[in-house]
Amino acid sequence: MLRFIFGRLAVLIPTFIGVSIIAFSFIRLLPGDPVMLMSGERVMSPERHAQIMTDLGLDRPIYIQYFDYLVNLLHGDFGSSIVTKRAVLDDFLQLFPATIELSLCAIILAVALGVPAGVLAAVKRGTWLDQTLMGTALVGYSMPIFWWGLLLVIFFSGYLGWTPVSGRISLMYFFPPVTGFMLIDSLLSGQAGAFKSAVTYLVLPTIVLATIPLAVIARQTRSAMLEVLGEDYVRTARSKGLSPFRVIGVHALRNALIPVITTIGLQVGVLLAGAILTETIFSWPGIGKWMVDSVFKRDYQVVQGGLMLIAAVIMVVNLIVDVLYGFINPRIRY
Amino acid sequence: MAVAEIKTATPPTGLAEFWFYFSRNKGAVIGFAIFLIILVLAIFAPWVTPHSPSAQNRDVLLLPPAFAAGGKWTYFLGTDAVGRDILSRLIFGARFSLFIGLVVVTLSVISGVLVGLIAGYFRGRTDTIIMRVMDIILAFPSLLLALVLVAVLGPGLLNAMIAISLVNLPHFVRLTRAAVMSERTKDYVIASRVAGAGTMRLMFLTILPNCLAPLIVQATLAFSAAILDAAALGFLGMGAQPPTPEWGTMLAEAREFIQRAWWVVTFPGLAILITVLAINLMGDGLRDALDPKLKRS
Repeated sequence: MLRFIFGRLAVLIPTFIGVSIIAFSFIRLLPGDPVMLMSGERVMSPERHAQIMTDLGLDRPIYIQYFDYLVNLLHGDFGSSIVTKRAVLDDFLQLFPATIELSLCAIILAVALGVPAGVLAAVKRGTWLDQTLMGTALVGYSMPIFWWGLLLVIFFSGYLGWTPVSGRISLMYFFPPVTGFMLIDSLLSGQAGAFKSAVTYLVLPTIVLATIPLAVIARQTRSAMLEVLGEDYVRTARSKGLSPFRVIGVHALRNALIPVITTIGLQVGVLLAGAILTETIFSWPGIGKWMVDSVFKRDYQVVQGGLMLIAAVIMVVNLIVDVLYGFINPRIRY
Repeated sequence: MAVAEIKTATPPTGLAEFWFYFSRNKGAVIGFAIFLIILVLAIFAPWVTPHSPSAQNRDVLLLPPAFAAGGKWTYFLGTDAVGRDILSRLIFGARFSLFIGLVVVTLSVISGVLVGLIAGYFRGRTDTIIMRVMDIILAFPSLLLALVLVAVLGPGLLNAMIAISLVNLPHFVRLTRAAVMSERTKDYVIASRVAGAGTMRLMFLTILPNCLAPLIVQATLAFSAAILDAAALGFLGMGAQPPTPEWGTMLAEAREFIQRAWWVVTFPGLAILITVLAINLMGDGLRDALDPKLKRS
């Protein structure tokens, strides 16, 4: 097992270097040079330009610059924003909890609805229930979520007036962030109604972000269940006279869940891609919106650092999913 | 004495067999029909649209659809903020979406199959390097990578298509590689090699045709994903630029009117959903028809 983890870590290192090369070369692929990008619209004398280039070490050979960049990365220096001058890592750490909170709620919703829907569809295979569930799942899978978000806003915020349109909590409440998770912080603050407010702000973004993972999980659960239901041990369990509930819930589902867990793990990248759109629609102050805003503000230092950090998160999560898979599936022994 | 007529059953052609399995999936047939309708509308857009997609009529700004109160039949789906006919823009938008899907799938299939074939056939160091590069691409959320690539290349439809193709590449490489690896040691390949077939012939004529089934299914899924991604980029302002009647771009322009005019937001998204759904339905049918495991002869 340890050997497997170390093996995976060894593969992670070249991937990390590759990702850093992409993030590093990104700024250099843009038209102009980094100093010109920093100066923006302002006019800069050639002497001043050359001076800054020297100050920042940009006149040195490219591989030395890359090496410096890598050393900085390993020291936790991901550069700093040209606009706000704040360190990219600080911004990331401050905004990331908002994205984690949203993503966690979304994946919980997706699993809580997707797995039962998939099991039900498999057990009732070929019936109208199966067709309805899987039809709905395919619609969810095909959904342009940015449009779906707008529709929900029109209906629930505009027409019914149930939910707020953007942000994480009503402006009536203010308390210092403790964990960065609004649901927990609002409870800790002890202010009456703060938690409820946080929940109403979270509902629509969660639904939007959960839509595609929910559809994928439901479809995957159904096909995994169908495969398992035909196995001998399920027939044995049935013929032993066990209740259908026990056969499906214990004997079949536990085995069917193994591929489903991999699917859930693979949704992390999907969630982060979805977070870009969801956070933009609901002005959710997470890393997705931060990246989009930075691209538009041409704050390329932030884009560079953010790319690196997000890729690192995805790589680590994928590694964890791989290791967990070994624990869950007793047939795999490393 | 009655002579029993002996029917000599001719084996069905590949296409007939394919249609037999494909048509058993009703959803797939419906999806195929919808796709054909959208395709025909897109091809004949200039002749079937009631208005020009860019003509602005200042007398009918934000006109509701014909079936809503205050709508006019001449503008069936209503008009947008500058008085352009939404239906006409949607039909022209179908051209862009289908074109994007086609270009992206062509680019990523050709390059992905080529790279995957090389990795799976030669194995060894070549394979390791190629797969590491694919891991690097997969380490980024696809939409974020596409967004950043477009920021580097400059916003626009062409650059968006290039970015989406690149992001799609690893799926085709992995799929081709896996299929090639399972085929290359089979008897018919070895027989062909022993008979003196060269590397190129083995790769492209012997192995590749037997790996096509999963690739066709993946291509269908990539087609719909490309339409979604391009619309998302358009929505974020990094895809097709206004006044192009691309569906995602139309949605981005309509965002500020969501409280006043629901139709400018509803219809472009519906167009995306219907198109993507139709293609995904076809994809499901193709998978059932092409997957030999599911065939019950």
